Order: sequence, then C-alpha cells, then structure tokens
Amino acid sequence: MNCQLASDSVLYANGLYRVVYNVAGSFLPCWLAYLIAGLVIIFILVNAVLLGAAVITWGERRVLGRFQNRVGPNRWGPFGMFQPIADLLKLLTKEDLRPQGSDRIVFALVPILMVAPLILLTAVIPFAKNAALASLNVGVLYILAVSSVSSVAIFMAGWSSNNRYAMFGAARAVAVLISYEVPVVLSLLGVVMVAASMSLGSIVEAQALPFILVMPMAFLVFLAGMSAELNRSPFDVAEAESEIIAGYHTEYSGVRFALIQAAEFGGVGVVAAIAAVLFLGGWSGPWSEYLGWLWFLLKTGVVVFLFIWFRATYPRLRIDQIMAFSWKFLLPLSMINLAAVTLEVFFLRGDDGSLTTADLGIMAAINIVVTVVSVIVFGNLIRDRVTLRTRQPQQVAVPGVPTIEVS
Amino acid sequence: MYGLAMVKGLMVTLKNLTRKPFTVQYPEERVRQHPRFRGEEFVWYEERCTGCASCAKYCPLGIIRIETSPSGSAIPQGDKYRLEVFDIELQRCMFCGLCVEACPYDALFMGSGFEQGQYSRKNMIITIDQLRNAEKHPSTWFRPQLEGYEGDTSIRRGTPTIAQGDSRFTYDPRGGPPLGWREVGREAWRWHQKEKAGMRLGQIPETPESAGEKAPEPRADD
Repeated sequence: MNCQLASDSVLYANGLYRVVYNVAGSFLPCWLAYLIAGLVIIFILVNAVLLGAAVITWGERRVLGRFQNRVGPNRWGPFGMFQPIADLLKLLTKEDLRPQGSDRIVFALVPILMVAPLILLTAVIPFAKNAALASLNVGVLYILAVSSVSSVAIFMAGWSSNNRYAMFGAARAVAVLISYEVPVVLSLLGVVMVAASMSLGSIVEAQALPFILVMPMAFLVFLAGMSAELNRSPFDVAEAESEIIAGYHTEYSGVRFALIQAAEFGGVGVVAAIAAVLFLGGWSGPWSEYLGWLWFLLKTGVVVFLFIWFRATYPRLRIDQIMAFSWKFLLPLSMINLAAVTLEVFFLRGDDGSLTTADLGIMAAINIVVTVVSVIVFGNLIRDRVTLRTRQPQQVAVPGVPTIEVS
Repeated sequence: MYGLAMVKGLMVTLKNLTRKPFTVQYPEERVRQHPRFRGEEFVWYEERCTGCASCAKYCPLGIIRIETSPSGSAIPQGDKYRLEVFDIELQRCMFCGLCVEACPYDALFMGSGFEQGQYSRKNMIITIDQLRNAEKHPSTWFRPQLEGYEGDTSIRRGTPTIAQGDSRFTYDPRGGPPLGWREVGREAWRWHQKEKAGMRLGQIPETPESAGEKAPEPRADD
C-alpha cells in the first residue's frame, strides 16, 4: 500500500503516469498500481493517436478539397466529420486478403509495426506544462530512434507482399528515408545545442523566442525532411499511384490497410506535434498555465496545415531530384545551420553556459540573414540550367526549285 | 531565385483556398439548365395534337406508337383523331428530336427533366396517361417561341440567370410554372400571329402592346 512515485524520479517525473500511479497506489498494492497506471496510459495514447489520425484524415480531405475548389467529404455528420468512421466501417467489412507466396508472418506484422512507433512517439510529447506522459531526459534521441522503425516496417511490407510494385515502393521509401534522416538529425542538433537539453519539456522552456525564429533554416530542413520521411507529397515516390499502384501497401486490404492509413495520417499529426514542440514553442503562450494544451493544439494544427498546403501545391519529384534535394541542398543547409548555431552559442553564452532572450534575438537576426543567403546560393547551385536551342531546318537543294538566299 | 518560385506556387494554391467551391451539391443544389436542354420527359399537348402521327413516322428508331380512332363524341370538330395509344419507348430514344421537328401543330416538345431513372425497362415506356398527366415543362429546343427574345416580355416571365447578360434566355423550364397549351404555340409568338391567323386553335392570347407595333425580326435559327 501507499506506493508513491517521487516527483524527481528520472523516468516518469512530472508525467501523467505519476499522477495515475500515485492515486492508484494510495489504496492498492504497488504492482497493481503499476499495472493500472500503465494500462491507463496505453489506453489514452492509442486512442489519442487513432482519433488524431481520424481527425487529420477528415481535415486533410476537407482542406485539400477547398484547395482544389471542391467541397470535400460533407455527407455524414456535421461538415462530413464522421467520414473517417464510415471509411473505417467499410474497411472492416472487407475481406482480409493475402497474396499467394507472401511471407505471412511478416505481412501480418507490418500494420502493427507501423502504428506502434507513433503511439510510442506520443509518450514523450508534452501536451501542456508537465503533461508529458513520460518526460524522458533523452526525448529527442528517443524520437529519432523510434521514428526510424517505420522504415523497417515499410521495407517489410514491400518484401513480404510478393509484389514487384510493393518492392519498388519499399526500396524507394527506404532510399528516401535514409537520405533525409541525415539533414533532419543535423537540424535537430542545433535545437538541442541552444536548449542545452534533450528533454522536450526543457526545450519548450528554453524557447523564450520560438526556435523557428532563432534558426529558421533548421525548421525548413526539418519540415522538408519530415514530409519526405512521411512519404508525403511532393516526396511521395514510395506510393506514387501513377507509377507503382500504391507502392508498399499495394497488397493490403481491410483492417490492415486501415491501420496503415491510420499510421500515415497519424504520423502527420505526431510529426506536426514534434515540430510544434521543437520549433514553435509547444505549450508556451499567454496563460500557458491553463491554456497550454490549446496553444499546443493550435501550433500542431498550423504545422498540419503546412503539410496539407505543400501537398496541394507541389507536384511529385523524380527520385533523382529527391536525392539531389537532400544531399545537395538540405544537407549543406543543415550543416551551415549547425556551424552558425555552434559559433553563436560559443560566443554568446554566459559563464554558466546559458543563453538569455537577448542572445536568442541576436542569433535570430544573424540566422535569418544566413538562411536567406544560403537558400539563394545553394538553390542556384542545384537548379537545372535549361538552355533552349532552336534548330534551324536544313537547307536542301531541290531540283527545279530556286533556293532563296536569306541574308 | 530559387526559393521565390516555390513561395509563388504556395500563393497560387492559397488563392484557390479562399475561393468559393466550384462544385454543386446535386440533390440539394441544382445548376440552372439551359432552356434548350433536351431532357427525358416529352411534353405533349393533347389539345394541339390531331393524331396525324407525323412524329411516329419521322422517328428513326420507330419507338413512338400511336393508335387513333376516328373522332366521335370526344372531338366534335371532326378534324382530329381521338388518341388511344401514345407510347414512347424511352429506353431506346436517342433524343434526336426529329419527332418534335416533325410535329406540324406544336403539340410535341422535348422535356426538360433528367431524373427518369427506373428499376425496370418496362417502366421506361411513356404512356399516353403519363403524357397527359405530367407537369408540362417544355424545352425550347426547336421551339424558339418559348424563349422570349430581347425586349420581348410577352412570352415568358422569368429571371435571367443562365448565360448572365444574355437576356434572350429568360425562360427557365425547370424552375418556372408549367405551361398550358395556349402559351406554347407558334401563334402566341407575336410576329407569327398574322401568319397563323387562320389557324383554328381557339383564342389567341392578346398582348397589350401587340396591336399596331412593328414585329421584331425573327430569330436566325427558325
């Protein structure tokens, strides 16, 4: 009885977990409190991710419809809000097909492996002050490690489907993922360096000035890299429907397909939440004591809107263009950003290694200039120079026809 | 400059986001259709029909079936046949409109509806009772007298919304009230009145400004 988790315990300090654990532990044995707290957290996480995926599916289809002068789903529920439920019910009634000659176990594992990392990622995101379910002190590292699992799942899907289109899609997806992992990690290094912490809660608290202003280049690189890692347009070669049917999930149907779709759209939401925490100041804002969750959701929504906006605007890139964009444009940009931030932190930090708001302002001023200059320079370096040549018709002497001399 | 073009592209889509959606939610909202739209329901005026069966004769598919009996008690004038069967097999109709062109008495019109989906082919045959009882919303196809033209308000009153600025199309076949047989004939067309004065078709509707006024030029397509 009377199991209480200390507020300074490393793993679950200040988390929702501790609250549930302490309430349950006041009248239950320790092992039962541990179990109940864990199950409650898992229930909340799974529902948050899947519900978020449903809301983002609906929102994306509505907003994308308006981008294309359409209305979008509007039949069931207010503003067509229940459309994801209808889609899910339809998919649940479908037959569960497995292609002949597929690797059955791997094939069945894929949807689980795609959804699981998203739910795991949600654990470290601070929804409001002290409202992270588990405020890890290595949050950024955890995010990078867990989010890479989905690439394994995608390759498993392509391999086990016994379908060449699926294999092509998976190979493309893995190529893109490996290429874009590097600039994303480098751009996050700058964030970690300025915040002097890897815990997401500390990163939010370090943002007296949102990091999107302090290092806009890192935000751009992160956004581009993440939309590539999510296989979203304009980097959606992995499931390019005009080329390779549906890419790695060609052979999936029914519940498995529903889970893969949920993972895709839930991924957008989770990545947007991470971007909001790392670059937009997370839950900080006016009255953040009470309205922190609202600011967090608003900022997440803004980033989701950005993703939808990019999808509505840019056409799909070729695979070589995608590779060039990563290695020749984003990688140098993230390295310049890292170098600039390193120098600025080195020269501006105080004796105890901390940065004041004024320091952050100076960094923002420098980095915005650096961003503009390096985007222009590297953009000009990688752009295709197209020279138009007009071919003159050859002059052929036709017997009996006088040649006209053109002076 | 590299990044500028991408921003420009984003602005293009943003401009489209602020626009009103172009699509129309069909069962609730409808686009106003062109008055000359050749729809599914044929419009037939029994009062005008003499039972000459020109429409059946001119139909390239032979889908109009007309049976008449010599006029007896029903039509006292004696110059008409009494119609007993007037079937149009709509499932084979190609809406060429030759039956309407052939009708010498302006009795048959193309309809304006497009929602005649049925579960059985048997139901696709329009019978004489359906033609009698249907609401009469004739299309103006080959019947320019219905349209009303510039400056003419005597034929049909309507709101000119289709082809905005083109006041010729003041006639709305779907939205307006159904037309009676006196309103649809060529003789109701003012410049035509003199020409058709000899027709024994009952009372010619009088328009207040018709007397002593120079008739407007006929439409080019008539």
